[in-house]
Amino acid sequence: MHLNIDGRPIALDNDGYLIDLNDWDQVAANTLAAQENILLTPAHWEIITLLQEFYREFQLSPAMRAFVKYTEKKLGPEKGKSIYLLQLFPPSPAKIASKIAGLPRPTNCL
Amino acid sequence: MSTLHTINKSPYTHNTLVSCLKVCSERDGILLLEDGVFGILTSAPGADELQQLIQRGVKVFALVNDIKARGLEEKVAPNIEPIDYNAFVRLTLNHRCVQSWY
Amino acid sequence: MNKKILLISRQAPYGKSTAREAIDIALAASVYDQNIGILFMDDGVFQLLKSQQSQHIDQKNIALILPALSLYGIENIYVHRESLDIRMIKTDELILDDLQLLDNNAIGNLLSQQDHLLSF
Repeated sequence: MHLNIDGRPIALDNDGYLIDLNDWDQVAANTLAAQENILLTPAHWEIITLLQEFYREFQLSPAMRAFVKYTEKKLGPEKGKSIYLLQLFPPSPAKIASKIAGLPRPTNCL
Repeated sequence: MSTLHTINKSPYTHNTLVSCLKVCSERDGILLLEDGVFGILTSAPGADELQQLIQRGVKVFALVNDIKARGLEEKVAPNIEPIDYNAFVRLTLNHRCVQSWY
Repeated sequence: MNKKILLISRQAPYGKSTAREAIDIALAASVYDQNIGILFMDDGVFQLLKSQQSQHIDQKNIALILPALSLYGIENIYVHRESLDIRMIKTDELILDDLQLLDNNAIGNLLSQQDHLLSF
């Protein structure tokens, strides 16, 4: 699978996740988000940046529970709720947000 | 009985038997099978500790098919009980958990 | 139903995939809200060294993943004290500081309290 960005082909795995995080940029994120019918707002970008921080820290895409806990730890209890993340990245926040952030599919996510 | 510990590696080349003996509780059982049956020899690393645990109430079994296959039938150390496959199955049912050391 | 599950991790990191598999199983099982603990014993204690730089062999760093366990609700991390002593590893060399160091008897008790034991 490939994603075409300004004539530049980017390799995706079978589930539509970037194979190489180095291919990721804001244009790629917007394109990936559009495929999920999501228009990225500052609230989305805050979470995307947070996820990438998680990945750098633990070399892992978080499953939902860890995603919520980490968000709570870094951004406070208002945002550290599954309903908040679900509104931004429906229908499966950990999977969808990881995809838009250019990270691998969370392996331990239901 | 609580935990059944199974050992399937030779104590002459692996530390699994010795590790098991360190943390084995008095109501536990130990089953030697496959190459683990070399642990029935009195010269095996851990053989003395094994006998001490038996004195303290630990039950030690060894799979008789594996013992015979390796020609060890006459060499089984005291207080180690040779058992067949049916008894093996019963042991796994009689214990709360099985810990396979490998 | 909430079961007590203990993963026993006894292999060094990287040489085989066993160590990483134990962590992955723990992360996966945590999704089902089980009561999960991990015991590091024998060469498994080498996974805890914070000085690991596994990028030199193109592998993911186990020491980086371990601090994520608490985010997955896995709070009970046990270490066999004698395994550390035999390898002359001091506790300040370990990646986690909320580890529970257990002696031989305490590990015997720990095992007998579990509903399931998983060996790695």
